[in-house]
Amino acid sequence: MNETYELRSAESHIEVHKFYPGAIGGVAIVALVLQAMVPVYFPGFRILDLPLLLTIYFGLSRRNPSTGLLLGMVIGLLQDSLSGPTVPLGYYGIAKTCIGYLASSIGARLDTEHPAARLALIMGFFVTHQAILVLIRRLLLAQPERWFDVRLAIAATVNAVLGTVLFLVLDRLRRNS
Amino acid sequence: MVAIPSRHKSLALLAAVLIAQLLLLAVQIKRDSRGRLIRVWAVTAVSPFERSGAWGLGKIGGVWNHYFALTSTSRENEALRVENDSLKLTISQLQSKAAEADRLSALLNFRHSQTKVPMVTARVIGASAGTASRIVEIDRGERDGIRRNLAVITPDGAVGKVIEVYRDTAQVLLLTDKEGGVGAMLVESRIQGPVGGTGEPLLTMKYVATDDKVNVGEKVVTSGMDKIFPRDIPVGTVQEVKPGNPFKQIWLRPAARLERLEEVIILLTQESVDFTKESETPATPASTSSTATNPANASAPTAPAVNGEKP
Repeated sequence: MNETYELRSAESHIEVHKFYPGAIGGVAIVALVLQAMVPVYFPGFRILDLPLLLTIYFGLSRRNPSTGLLLGMVIGLLQDSLSGPTVPLGYYGIAKTCIGYLASSIGARLDTEHPAARLALIMGFFVTHQAILVLIRRLLLAQPERWFDVRLAIAATVNAVLGTVLFLVLDRLRRNS
Repeated sequence: MVAIPSRHKSLALLAAVLIAQLLLLAVQIKRDSRGRLIRVWAVTAVSPFERSGAWGLGKIGGVWNHYFALTSTSRENEALRVENDSLKLTISQLQSKAAEADRLSALLNFRHSQTKVPMVTARVIGASAGTASRIVEIDRGERDGIRRNLAVITPDGAVGKVIEVYRDTAQVLLLTDKEGGVGAMLVESRIQGPVGGTGEPLLTMKYVATDDKVNVGEKVVTSGMDKIFPRDIPVGTVQEVKPGNPFKQIWLRPAARLERLEEVIILLTQESVDFTKESETPATPASTSSTATNPANASAPTAPAVNGEKP
């Protein structure tokens, strides 16, 4: 029996969601393309981190830590690849691997379907993601990077609010069990 | 054999994946390798979507601008007519001054030299996928003769340099990136110093001594010393100056609209020295000459009539 069903038996009130075939990959590609393209026309869009929101969403929904961390790794490495040679491969990869793992682990223990819970979780994960990026910059790359500031707080809030709405849209991709 | 509990399996997988990526990071730092193969795959996979997206958005924008957003067209036409008359007058005055300058200083015909500077225009089809870098992706690549370290400009000023080239696309590192930069000088005082990015919309000019006088509003242009950009391309305007020890802290507003780039010009030559040499003649205001010849300098600031740069 796979791990998902073990978790289900342990936390019987928490449902594991499955998605239509290709939905996760398709949505991830669309998110990366949008993340790379839309800021050209709307610079303010840069504040959104769609790949992170997807990592959180699929982590919380699938509730399988292995799937969550692998999905986070793939999305993060693709984001690294599209961020130009000044961003080393693994920069976003490591951060999103951790977020994927954390999101799916938390998703396996808590009910994360309520919009208020999602709002708080996205904000928390956004700040954690940023903290990991700062640590990688400072410790591994030996480059200066600022800790938290007002703009990060604004970005976390914007991502949390729009992420909550996005999650409601993504819920429609779920396959009925 | 001892069975590993499933929760420990995921923890072990997490550790393995993290270690693998840490090693990947370490290899890139140690060998200065940039994982080109993975990047080529990713960019090749995504750029067709970006290209078609840019095309689609361009079409939608065109339809909107030409068929729906016409309410203020008449007023704009009138304003443009007035502006056109004013510009004609300005052009006539400038032509007269240029002719006078030609007689007095035996200025070389830089319009001729301008045709020798090969350049390619490109459309911006993408940007960085994260906030960690400031790059844009353009729809020209190796097949169009684009190479690494070519200067990228707009008619407003310097934009950045080509940092990675693929078959049909290339990535441009903007001046505002933390690793972006350009050799520059202040137009009035001719003080030189590198201008670099901070990841923020403003640029910083470094290594200008506290004793040197720098005025807010002063223009900054390329010095040509980086062997990437030709001289006298506008870089920005001094917005804030703070005293420091031993160097001032100078903040510039970029001349080009780096936050909203749609089309750029790539100078297809790295031989900026040759380009500059052509614009250096005895008793000739070098920057004015360059301004007259380079389309990038259409809005270049007027330089003082001095020769050369500060040594």
